[in-house]
Amino acid sequence: MSKVTFSPEAKNQFEEILSRYPEKRAAMLPTLYLAEKEFGYISPEVEVYIGELLEVPPVKVREVLTFYTLFASKPRGKYHFQICRGLSCDLRGCTKIIEHLAGKLDLKSEETSTDMKYTLTEVECLGACETAPMMQVNEDYQGHLTPVKIDKMLKDLK
Amino acid sequence: MPAMAEKIISPFFDIKNSHTIDVYEKHGGYQAIQDVLRNKTPQDVIDAVLQANLRGLGGAGFPAGRKWSFIPKDSPKPKYLVVNADESEPGTFKDRYIMDNYTHGLFEGIMLAAYAIGCHKAFIYIRGEYIRQAENLVEQRDAARARGYLGKGIFGTDYDLDIVVHRGAGAYICGEETALLESLEGKKGWPRMKPPFPAIEGAFKCPTIVNNVETLSYVPSIMTKGPEWFANIGSERNGGMRLYSVSGLVKKPGVYELPLGTPLREIIYEHAGGLLDGRELKAVIPGGSSSPILTPDEIDVKMDYDSLAAIGSMLGSAGIIVMDETVDIVRSLYVVTRFYHHESCGQCTPCREGTGWAEKILKRILDGDGVPQDIKTLESIGNHIIGNTICPLGDAASMPLQSYLKKFRHEFEARVASKNGTGQVVEETVEDWN
Repeated sequence: MSKVTFSPEAKNQFEEILSRYPEKRAAMLPTLYLAEKEFGYISPEVEVYIGELLEVPPVKVREVLTFYTLFASKPRGKYHFQICRGLSCDLRGCTKIIEHLAGKLDLKSEETSTDMKYTLTEVECLGACETAPMMQVNEDYQGHLTPVKIDKMLKDLK
Repeated sequence: MPAMAEKIISPFFDIKNSHTIDVYEKHGGYQAIQDVLRNKTPQDVIDAVLQANLRGLGGAGFPAGRKWSFIPKDSPKPKYLVVNADESEPGTFKDRYIMDNYTHGLFEGIMLAAYAIGCHKAFIYIRGEYIRQAENLVEQRDAARARGYLGKGIFGTDYDLDIVVHRGAGAYICGEETALLESLEGKKGWPRMKPPFPAIEGAFKCPTIVNNVETLSYVPSIMTKGPEWFANIGSERNGGMRLYSVSGLVKKPGVYELPLGTPLREIIYEHAGGLLDGRELKAVIPGGSSSPILTPDEIDVKMDYDSLAAIGSMLGSAGIIVMDETVDIVRSLYVVTRFYHHESCGQCTPCREGTGWAEKILKRILDGDGVPQDIKTLESIGNHIIGNTICPLGDAASMPLQSYLKKFRHEFEARVASKNGTGQVVEETVEDWN
């Protein structure tokens, strides 16, 4: 038996997710998103729990969790900067923007600050090349980045 | 081709609240589906789309109507329509504009396609990063349900249809249709061997059609204005309009809706405003980062499937990336190859290993540690990946390798001839193993 469990509210959401699909296992990705919201990140205990919910061995959950880049298997900071390093952003000078942001945060890609405020991840093309150089801050896209714009953004996030 | 073809989708980009039902209906929306449900058979819809020469606008360019006709008519299994909204080919962002601004146009296209193939449940598989777009799809889907446009007996007929919005989770490979289906089923995105093709055995072992967002979004206009009208816009065998995503070093990057067959030169210099600061053009990628690169003397090509294939490139996702004289081609190939290595799913050895080798070699060339043999090795890697993998990601990684090395060979040669910029020629250290 797993050591973690969904809140009653999350359980209801999980039931709604299941009703969308003809097979239980198809609920894997949405359930991982739900679990991430519920528990903050997907720990090995959460993997076991999702396995039980979807009636698959935990390894099938781990396999999905590690294949996709968007799920967190360890805690992330309050603000997650996903900065694009794709070709269109590269042509528009994202290297300098990444250096600037990394310097300001004192983080390398895939690191989280010790106060759990910031996580920095260099990512592949986010599909907003017309606004290059750009990044995603939590849910939202921020484009036409400049060092000045980044400094202002960091100030506003304090 | 008419001089000023009528734009279909992009006018909605500039209309306020164009993502809502009311605004969509005010501009003629949801007329086609009501007419079809009451007066036309599924085969009528397939015939119209065939006649319109609508081709798959995700990248492969397969005729949409022909794809739909592969669905077995006598199968007792449920049929599924899966919308590929996993837009991830670098340089491509048109589907984001559609989902933001032409939400119900996409829904109406889904309804028409679903009716044509006898489907009662459609899935929209949207890339995980498009969080705001997914929220909008869910909100507008719920609004359509509330009006009786989705759910049981849509538009007061006896036809049922619902839409499920399913978010991906950050894997380029899931834009490949069989990997997408695996992912939809809750598995890692490993492409399947074909056959069976999805039309016979797709999602949940049932007959399935996978169509790109843009492809479906053009279907309502084909039904209202007629297939001949649509076919006449484009060039021969390449019907209709297309949303070109333009990025890189142009004055006005953005999405431009123009007829298939519009010359690349016109798109770059007229619509996208030309190059920055009066710089000279060096290279253009015409159809997303996987399409073979073009040199300035090739940009009079018409942007359609057949014309680009004739000069050894491809229209792909119509994501145009423009590079001027300031661009380091060696670095660009490194960035593109790093992407394909990162996104290789790891199933096939040539792609999994080859993309990693190529990335490493390109990195050392960039760092000034390349040796002349590196160029031949890179070519050999490209030649050994292409055609030897289950899905086209291997080809997508190889085509830039092959085309950059062929067309900009002098830049790679100059880079490996001198070590650390000293001009000192380095002896070959690797035996030619070809």
